[in-house]
Amino acid sequence: MKEEIILSVSNLSKSFGGLKALIDVSFQVKRGEIFGIIGPNGSGKTTLINCITGFIKPDSGKVHFKDRDITGFKPHKIAHMGIARTFQIMRPYYSLPAYKNLIVPLWSPRAKKLGGWRGGGKHGDRDTVAVDILEEIGFERDSRVPYKLASTLPTGYQKRLELARCIALRPEVIFCDEVFSGLSMSEIAGMIPLIEKMKMEGITLIMVEHRLRELFRVADRVMALNFGEKIAEGDPHEVIEDKRVKEAYLGSEGI
Amino acid sequence: MEQLRRERLDRSLKVRTEGIYAISAFEEILYLLGPRLLFIVGILILPFILEAAPYWKRVINIMCAYAIIAISFDFLSNFVGLVCLGGALFTGIGGYFTAIYNHYFSFPMYLSIPLAAVSGALFCTVVLLPALPLRGVYFAIVTLMYPLLFSRIIEALNILGGTNGISGIQSFPNPYIEHYTVILILLFFLFGLRRFVNEDIGLVFRGVKDNDQAVKASGINVTTIKIYAVFIASLMGCFSGAYIAHLYMWAGLSLFALDFSIIPIASTVIGGGGTLIGAVIGSFILVPLSEILREAGTLRIVIYCVVLTLFIVFKSEGLMIYLQRKYHQFERWVKV
Ligand SMILES: Nc1ncnc2c1ncn2[C@@H]1O[C@H](COP(=O)(O)OP(=O)(O)OP(=O)(O)O)[C@@H](O)[C@H]1O
Ligand SMILES: [Mg+2]
Repeated sequence: MKEEIILSVSNLSKSFGGLKALIDVSFQVKRGEIFGIIGPNGSGKTTLINCITGFIKPDSGKVHFKDRDITGFKPHKIAHMGIARTFQIMRPYYSLPAYKNLIVPLWSPRAKKLGGWRGGGKHGDRDTVAVDILEEIGFERDSRVPYKLASTLPTGYQKRLELARCIALRPEVIFCDEVFSGLSMSEIAGMIPLIEKMKMEGITLIMVEHRLRELFRVADRVMALNFGEKIAEGDPHEVIEDKRVKEAYLGSEGI
Repeated sequence: MEQLRRERLDRSLKVRTEGIYAISAFEEILYLLGPRLLFIVGILILPFILEAAPYWKRVINIMCAYAIIAISFDFLSNFVGLVCLGGALFTGIGGYFTAIYNHYFSFPMYLSIPLAAVSGALFCTVVLLPALPLRGVYFAIVTLMYPLLFSRIIEALNILGGTNGISGIQSFPNPYIEHYTVILILLFFLFGLRRFVNEDIGLVFRGVKDNDQAVKASGINVTTIKIYAVFIASLMGCFSGAYIAHLYMWAGLSLFALDFSIIPIASTVIGGGGTLIGAVIGSFILVPLSEILREAGTLRIVIYCVVLTLFIVFKSEGLMIYLQRKYHQFERWVKV
């Protein structure tokens, strides 16, 4: 079977004033794969996600999603088409309990268009669906955690809540901006099966990560950025042996 | 000697976590509904209580009209994140619209008021449209400018009665209709909105306040949500304006007065933002207070400012939030 290119980015550039955050970045992501994006701090990873998901307008270049040009579309339109994202700086809906955070994506036009959550009732009872999703992602259903105010949750849960908000949208592609950072080894170990499960369900994941060891356990391919430029792409273990990647990381954190 | 210490306990969480646990016992229902019933019954019999003081009976009307504007401010700022200083815009537009319908087209008031509320709200929403992408203080400034703009236009072009305003607007047939129109509409908006903000769609509105980026990332057009929110708020404000115009049988430039922007905000601060009912309580304190202070002449503003400052400094959370906390706690003396 021919592998479908779900996302294609070509010659994307973005500068902030004099600072070139992205220079001519091109890459393609196949449907169903886990694609890692690595690079030292400030190398433009978040900016790349913002350009693709419509939160920032790129200066030049194109983004194609399933052969459709989505460059410059509004964020909500892109999300509606099926590209979800987490935010590096977590900001849950503070004033709402954790499970109510999922009501927003569950209420969205996309969720309505797709109908019930995995066939379960029309829009079903959104509260129940929300708790189901949270349970799936590691919130203990019978504990009080899903009902706690989002602002009072520990980091690990807030990260998972970010991801749950994406899942609730039932997207085809999810951009994860450093979902592992700030988590303990055991928390990450708890999330890896989740990520594999999403892959099994056919969701394409694009993961920006600093935690390379953990990323390489799941990623099919990775791309490395440095000062806004793509310096390597391919098999994770080949990329990490690449001379330019080693140089970029040298002096920053160890691998 | 025995020493006593005051201990403070929270009432059982079961009663307080609405919606998650079923509430069964009668006392629990009473515990939750009691304050609400007290408020509703209290406000409904107020006109009869004040039968003894006719002057104060009229204050009820203004008080409720302000309360509606205050709720709309609380809704926009604490549930949608739009700080709107446009109370005066809403009352002005609502007042002039009803005056136009009633005076120029001879629509009866039971038609002109709802019509003014809806069409005025549409008008306000359209003029505020360009400001919707603005955040925080920028949106606030734009909403503050509009009432000035419209009153200057009316003055300069000498239209709609110019500085004299439009007089001879139909009055309410009797004082009781006057009172209960505004009281019932206030109760409707108060409990309607309280319900709305806890519905799924209401949670989306609150999401816009907490984190509009995440709402966008959920495929929801934030601007559309803001348009709905501004429409709801202007509907309430325009109703108040239209009501006041019929109350005074006159629509003039003073409907665009800054009071209509400022007093609702002060009421919300005093009453406690984000509670809706707090905005009402705040108006019920501030509006009569400014009536009393009328005697004090120019000193009125000074006293007003002092009261407000004291409140903000010492009870910045707002009266309602304070009372709610006290209601949910009980204290007892225990031996040390
Ligand atoms: N909105 C902005 N305005 C100005 N400069 C920006 C903006 N966003 C990002 N930058 C700059 O662009 C560069 C790339 O930033 P970006 O956040 O994309 O890096 P990153 O790879 O995500 O880094 P990190 O690993 O720390 O998250 C940085 O130098 C940053 O300071
Ligand atoms: Mg980043």
